[in-house]
Amino acid sequence: MLDRLKNYCNCISPSGCEDEIRELIINDIKDYTTSYEVDRMGNLIAFKKGKKTPTKKILLSAHMDEIGFMMKYISDEGYIYFDIIGGIDPRVIGGRRISIGKNKTTGIIASKAIHLQKANEKGICVPIEEMYIDIGCTDRISCEKVISVGDYATFQPNFEALGDNFIKSKALDDRFGCALLVEIMQKELEYDTYFAFPICEEVGTDGAKEIAYNFRPDIVIVIEATTAGDIVDAPKARHACDLRSGAVISHMDGGTIYDKQLVEFVKKTAEENKIKYQIKNVIAGGNEASAYQKGASGARVIAISAPTRYIHSASNVVYNDDLFEIKELVSALLERGFENA
Amino acid sequence: MHNLMKKFTSAFSVTGDESELRNIIQDEIAAFADNITVDPMGNLIVFKKGENSDKKLMLAAHMDEIGFVVTYIEDSGIIRVSNVGGIHIVHSSFHTVRFKNGTTGVLCIDSDTKPEDIKMGKLFIDIGAKTKKEAEKKVKIGDICAVTPVFQKLLNNRYVAKALDDRIGCAILVDAARNSKKFAYDTYYVFTVQEEVGCRGSKTAAFTIMPDYAVALDVTTAGDAPGEKNLPVKLGGGAAIKIKDNSVICSKVIVDALTTLAEKNKIEYQYEVLLMGGTDTSSMQLAGAGCAAGCISIPTRYIHSPVEMVDMADVKGCSALLTALIEDGIK
Repeated sequence: MLDRLKNYCNCISPSGCEDEIRELIINDIKDYTTSYEVDRMGNLIAFKKGKKTPTKKILLSAHMDEIGFMMKYISDEGYIYFDIIGGIDPRVIGGRRISIGKNKTTGIIASKAIHLQKANEKGICVPIEEMYIDIGCTDRISCEKVISVGDYATFQPNFEALGDNFIKSKALDDRFGCALLVEIMQKELEYDTYFAFPICEEVGTDGAKEIAYNFRPDIVIVIEATTAGDIVDAPKARHACDLRSGAVISHMDGGTIYDKQLVEFVKKTAEENKIKYQIKNVIAGGNEASAYQKGASGARVIAISAPTRYIHSASNVVYNDDLFEIKELVSALLERGFENA
Repeated sequence: MHNLMKKFTSAFSVTGDESELRNIIQDEIAAFADNITVDPMGNLIVFKKGENSDKKLMLAAHMDEIGFVVTYIEDSGIIRVSNVGGIHIVHSSFHTVRFKNGTTGVLCIDSDTKPEDIKMGKLFIDIGAKTKKEAEKKVKIGDICAVTPVFQKLLNNRYVAKALDDRIGCAILVDAARNSKKFAYDTYYVFTVQEEVGCRGSKTAAFTIMPDYAVALDVTTAGDAPGEKNLPVKLGGGAAIKIKDNSVICSKVIVDALTTLAEKNKIEYQYEVLLMGGTDTSSMQLAGAGCAAGCISIPTRYIHSPVEMVDMADVKGCSALLTALIEDGIK
């Protein structure tokens, strides 16, 4: 799973420009699925027949897109002004390397050196509108040869093992979910199952809205990466979840109140299979479950997430064993089926 | 009506877990229905066949109320919470709260908090437990609770209760279903879930029904309470016909039809223009290819507090207006 995760994380596929990751996933699943399709928006949906056909339509979902940047103006000096795609804290981007456009041109998000800052600028974050990207051009014309207004960018690929069994990369949110779904699809399944890879989750769960309308699932399991707050100074009551504490089961977040019966069903399945889990304890954030739950005639939804530190930055950090706990939990759920859930 | 109000406001039904109230409503309305279903989100959809099945009328009142969800239990047994829906902390604190399993506690604010620093993180529930272990026997992370029921009759047939938003709408819907003698259109009485977090339940219910006409029943702020400004609705001023709120501009077809019906049946009415807040009206209006949607509002003081106040004359007026709509349809 880790090699796959690395390949997926290293794709440059921000919201609205998911081609690279989609091609990679299609390549990995095409020999294992019964059928797959890419819809008009660009969502990828695969179907795999199992040994049995359940009475309920089961759909697993992991979004393909990641947060990123969009080029919006090139100055006479050859600097590129940009905007962010999805929720990015401007404090975590200064000085970062990014990959821009089809050619993956390297750019640096410029930040004024501390030597040049005036007293009243020190410790203050520059607003996005005043930040710019430097690709090493001397003027507008040379810059325009490699960059167009409207080009997408993401943090530069930087997947690596970290310390004692941790992983660091951009885009673990939610390439982890994508990798997990593909791993699961490559095995025999007990029940017929749909696998959705929606686009544009980071900008308002847009892709999943279309999937909800077209596929009308009965039960949706969203696999995500979610904020871990086990960092200095955060009181325990505000941790949300901790690394090394297993799969995160959500009961409620900023977008969804999860189906109570399903939450209990997932907890019970975890306990019976001795899989480590924790309950997310901060009501914040959200994912495409909200789109599935209230799309068309509605669906029953749950979310199972990997606890992730520094989410929506260039360096998401996860703990290896947590990822495998989640894989076991999802496998156990699919094995058991949702006929009595 | 009095009995329905009392029964409904004392049921446990916080956003996300409306099953207890759903069962109670189902029992009250079953005898007057042709078919009853519960959809995946938990909306209760009660169908009554009408004289003209070419048109569908959807009526909606939400079953959920605002409350609190447990996020953390401290070693001392103190329970930290977050809000479910639009909570005004001052309006709810220093009141008793109840969990679904009956566990009761008090909702308080950290005592060293200055008034200007009051926020959700300062709020806690004390159920009397001495340790985390003891508290966890009764309450776990993710459990929800609401203020304990209050139900009191005051002067002039005015009632205070918690969760009149929107149990009063539910009660009116049941009352009108019982009183209607004929049904102009195929009529769907829908008791929705998760209204308080963004009208989520009504979206799926409206999609399933795809109504031609839709009317919500919900409370609106009475502008004659101290501190309210520039709101036209008065407590005791009659059924309020909604013109707009922050989520919807009501279809003229419905506003005009309700006005005509009120005048014809000599039902006291007033127009409502609400500057903030939203209702299920919006999701019904935008479902599928859209429909003509409006709202009959019940004038209410002190909304989202444990002591929401309505005037029984208004309540009866709303019920009479709704009954007239069900019987006569849109002319």
